[in-house]
Amino acid sequence: MENKTFNVILSGVGGQGIVTLLSILDQAAFIDGYDIKSSELHGLSQRGGSIEAHVRFGKKVNSPLIQIGKVDLIIGLELTEGLRSAEKSSNQTKILINDYYFPFNDSLKLEMVKGYLDKISSNISIIPASKICKEKLEKDVVAGTYLLGYAVSKGLIPIKKESFIQAIKEVIPAKYQELNIKAFQLA
Amino acid sequence: MKKILLGNEAIVKGALSAGVDFVSGYPGCPSAEIGQGFLDISKESKIYTEWSTNEKVALETAIGASFSGLKSLVNMKSFGINVCSDSLLPLAYTGTKAPMVIVVADDPACHSSAQSEQDSRGYAHLAQIPLLEPSTPQECYDLTILAFQISEKFNTPVLLRPTTRVAHQRAVVEFQDYVKKDEMKKGEFIKNPHQFSTMPPRTLEMKKELLDKIEKIKQFAEKSKANYISGGKSKLGIIASGVSYLYALEALEEMNLNIPVLKLGFFYPLPEKKVKDFIKGLKTVLVAEEIDGYIEREVVRLAKYTNPKLQIFGKNVLSTIGELNADKLGLALAKITGKKFKVNKIKEINLPKRTARLCEGCPYWYIFPALKRIAPDAIFGGDIGCNMIAGLPPHSMHDYLFSMGASLGISHGVKKSTNQKVISLMGDGTFFHAGIPALINAVYNKSNPLVVIADNRITAMTGHQQNPGMGKTGTNEVTEELKIEEIAKACGVKNIKVLDPINAKEFEDTVREFLGKEEVSLIVCRRICALLAKRQSNN
Repeated sequence: MENKTFNVILSGVGGQGIVTLLSILDQAAFIDGYDIKSSELHGLSQRGGSIEAHVRFGKKVNSPLIQIGKVDLIIGLELTEGLRSAEKSSNQTKILINDYYFPFNDSLKLEMVKGYLDKISSNISIIPASKICKEKLEKDVVAGTYLLGYAVSKGLIPIKKESFIQAIKEVIPAKYQELNIKAFQLA
Repeated sequence: MKKILLGNEAIVKGALSAGVDFVSGYPGCPSAEIGQGFLDISKESKIYTEWSTNEKVALETAIGASFSGLKSLVNMKSFGINVCSDSLLPLAYTGTKAPMVIVVADDPACHSSAQSEQDSRGYAHLAQIPLLEPSTPQECYDLTILAFQISEKFNTPVLLRPTTRVAHQRAVVEFQDYVKKDEMKKGEFIKNPHQFSTMPPRTLEMKKELLDKIEKIKQFAEKSKANYISGGKSKLGIIASGVSYLYALEALEEMNLNIPVLKLGFFYPLPEKKVKDFIKGLKTVLVAEEIDGYIEREVVRLAKYTNPKLQIFGKNVLSTIGELNADKLGLALAKITGKKFKVNKIKEINLPKRTARLCEGCPYWYIFPALKRIAPDAIFGGDIGCNMIAGLPPHSMHDYLFSMGASLGISHGVKKSTNQKVISLMGDGTFFHAGIPALINAVYNKSNPLVVIADNRITAMTGHQQNPGMGKTGTNEVTEELKIEEIAKACGVKNIKVLDPINAKEFEDTVREFLGKEEVSLIVCRRICALLAKRQSNN
């Protein structure tokens, strides 16, 4: 990776495990020797509201927040929230979104969300991560880890695969490690 | 040791390195992980840690520890300092005996705060207590240690003020592992009313001592490495504090500008000489700080004598409302220099906002709609905590929302001023925190609002902290379980009912009956938080 800082936005609905996903990504980048800064939110914003966390790694990172249009990769764990983050994308941004729809009061209909997603970028992949995890691992909570594995397998994150496995072992509590490693390697 | 730490975790590590003995606090966002961090290790670390009933009590608890010779740390969110301010000001006068650091975490942009976008730095001026502002988790660690040193050297409490983007920022931190204590430290209270009692005429003497002390701390601040200059030489410079410093670096890098930046770790007392030396050779300066323009006003004052022609930019190019970011700093610098700064446009879709909502199975689902149905015309006082969600769609019930416990005080005022029906809703944590004096007032002054306590058996919103109603302390030790209904009875409330809100008929009948009462009535809707219930059954 050249000198440029690599920017990842993780988004979803409070309770989907965004902070855990962020911790894995942070730790993997750290293992690979990068400087990192990330930003997350807790509290009121976590009670079922929109969550957007920023992860930045590179040679030297200044700010914990990613500027509009400077994000390299967006991983959305829910369709509307993935779309919300995609508003900040550029034409170079790669976008992976879990094919999972969690409506709320006044939310846009699923077809509308998908319609906007089609238009907002040509770099969007909608992946049935929750469905795959439910079928293969009987747990859809690891959909995020699956998407992270998917991104790595497609070469979308400049971090070694082994560093992620190591990071999962260091960050995730023992009883959920195997599940997360399986989800990561599934893609 | 080098590890990725959250800003709040780094504060814990810093306090451990400094040898803290005693920790008290009240959970709130974005500070809750500090107290929790100490509670999680309190058995092995032998550091006394508690969640106190509110921030005022938390501070007073630490004052007792300090007077007894123990190093203490108090943790709270922004509004906590309002609650504890009554004891904070006299503490500046008495000073500390053993060192004390008070962490107050502000929340610019109100990510997790309802009542105001407070800039707690103002309290440093009001109370005359030194205040440090970290920018990164590394500084959270370093400045916590420095804060303890300052406190030790000058016998003053020291405020540490992170903001959300610092407290909830993760980055690599280099730190020393702490030395574990063999046993929990016990101090000794040595009587010294001359220092510990604020009683006139001694109070004014103490004020004089405080002012002298602040002068000495100012000299210390002038030499402190917490204030430093980065970047190259130029007639344009930036003075930055907190996370704004990071945004400034980001914007400068992008604009290829190599100009001097004075980073202030000390907010109060301000190292005035350092600032004067910095602005002396400048034509233009930008003061980058979030929320209020406290530093800017100081720079304006200092420039009058040092460099009267200095052009000072600050809140005229950076908003007083909301957070800053690198784009905002870049635009401000573009305005000042005439250089270009490109801000990418958001691909605006105007998506509806997804606000916080009650969790699946939350007991409050049985409370809000029922109240709305039974008493559609009632005035509805909202309070802080998960029950705050009553103010959001689809409930949208709040007629007013202020601070912890305030619904009841205001409801009493409305009740006394009108002939309308008034319902006040608060959670169990809030009731213990600040609801009880308001309840006593309502009874004493012969008012009759209906108080509904949504007792979900824990302080849920900030991440499931124990409270006095649970029969468990912060470290999960068994303790007296305080019953809300018994407290209400002791406060003179005549009409009290404890029920499970899932029993809709009983709840509705009680609300109807109580709304017609001449005296204060109180319903305790007791049902465990759904997340807590799930967690308990998993264990």
